[in-house]
Amino acid sequence: METFNVYASRLITKKEYFSPGHRACQGCAEALAVRMVAKALGQNVIVSSATGCMEIVSSPLPFTNWRVPWIHVAFENTSAVASGVEAGTKALIRKGKLPDKGTVFLGMGGDGATADIGLQSLSGAFERGHNFLYVCYDNEAYMNTGIQRSSSTPFGAATTTSPAGKLTPGQITWKKNMAEIAVAHNIPYVATSCSSYPFDLIQKVKKAARINGPAYIHVLSVCPTGWRVPPNKAIWIGRLAVETGVFPLYEVENGKYRITVDVPELRPVLDYLKPQGRFRHLTPELVDEIQERVTHEYNKLKAKTAL
Amino acid sequence: MAKSELELSWKDLEVGCVVSEPGNASQYRTGDWRSVRPVWDTENCIRCGVCYIFCPDMAIKKTGDGYFEADLYYCKGCGICAQECITRCITMVEEEE
Repeated sequence: METFNVYASRLITKKEYFSPGHRACQGCAEALAVRMVAKALGQNVIVSSATGCMEIVSSPLPFTNWRVPWIHVAFENTSAVASGVEAGTKALIRKGKLPDKGTVFLGMGGDGATADIGLQSLSGAFERGHNFLYVCYDNEAYMNTGIQRSSSTPFGAATTTSPAGKLTPGQITWKKNMAEIAVAHNIPYVATSCSSYPFDLIQKVKKAARINGPAYIHVLSVCPTGWRVPPNKAIWIGRLAVETGVFPLYEVENGKYRITVDVPELRPVLDYLKPQGRFRHLTPELVDEIQERVTHEYNKLKAKTAL
Repeated sequence: MAKSELELSWKDLEVGCVVSEPGNASQYRTGDWRSVRPVWDTENCIRCGVCYIFCPDMAIKKTGDGYFEADLYYCKGCGICAQECITRCITMVEEEE
């Protein structure tokens, strides 16, 4: 928000390609992220969506919230279907059966569908170099089925399958860095974004759609239900995640790192952990451990941008 | 949408469960989930549109004179608009019915 004039929201298209009336929880920042991505891509897009919150809330048969072509596929093969749609369209254009309209092929899924179950098909699609965009809406657990841990759940977060108690402090492993995994495939464009920074997200999606080749965008989407925060604080928490350095916003264009939302001085990570019910059991020692890790990771990222 | 949710039966399903009408879920009223509703104080409103951009339910619309108002058919009453409003001109008022 800082780099934009407050009136910038009036410049954004009023057209909604993800229609109202979806069944997401109150204050769902993931629905907001989907809305922004749909707005940024416009009408000329074919969406392949993995199972997950956004599939459940937007397509209760016989209804759909999508005003663009949309297909629901299983967790494991979202990227495979997206690459198939891309390859099929390319073949039809070559044979002259379809006009070349520069359609964008979007694969989307939650963190479970991206970092756990669908990782192999995503990796395959990156490796084959299909011209598609994959957007991961990361709400840091399997929220759709009732808050089970995924590999994207951060250290210390209590979920129903990583409960906090006397023996374990919630999740005992660190969050999988999906954006770095995508960077390791040497694809042309990788970015992280957050729905609390809508203009940043829209710019990145537009840029990724223009790029020829696979692109990956990792969007942190606050889940008020699973993170145990009040619905009205969803956007604020997302902003705190960026300001504390827990989730830095950056883009990697052909291997060149650039931080897009620069935070001159990181806030203490406690500011981010404190409002969330899933971290309420953390002891000061564990908070220090998280702070150390966050600072280390942030410095590592800073060092990469200087290259 | 030709038919409402209550009138539909299995006979209305198309082959392959294809939904042929885009965006037909917009007939679904999410407004009845709401317990509080946003009210704009037009005196302090600077018409910036921050509430519009952050609404996850696409429930905020521009009125004819440039101010914003909630579409109560969809507004779930999450309170994000009141939290994010720069001039703090939105208050959440309890529903009385």
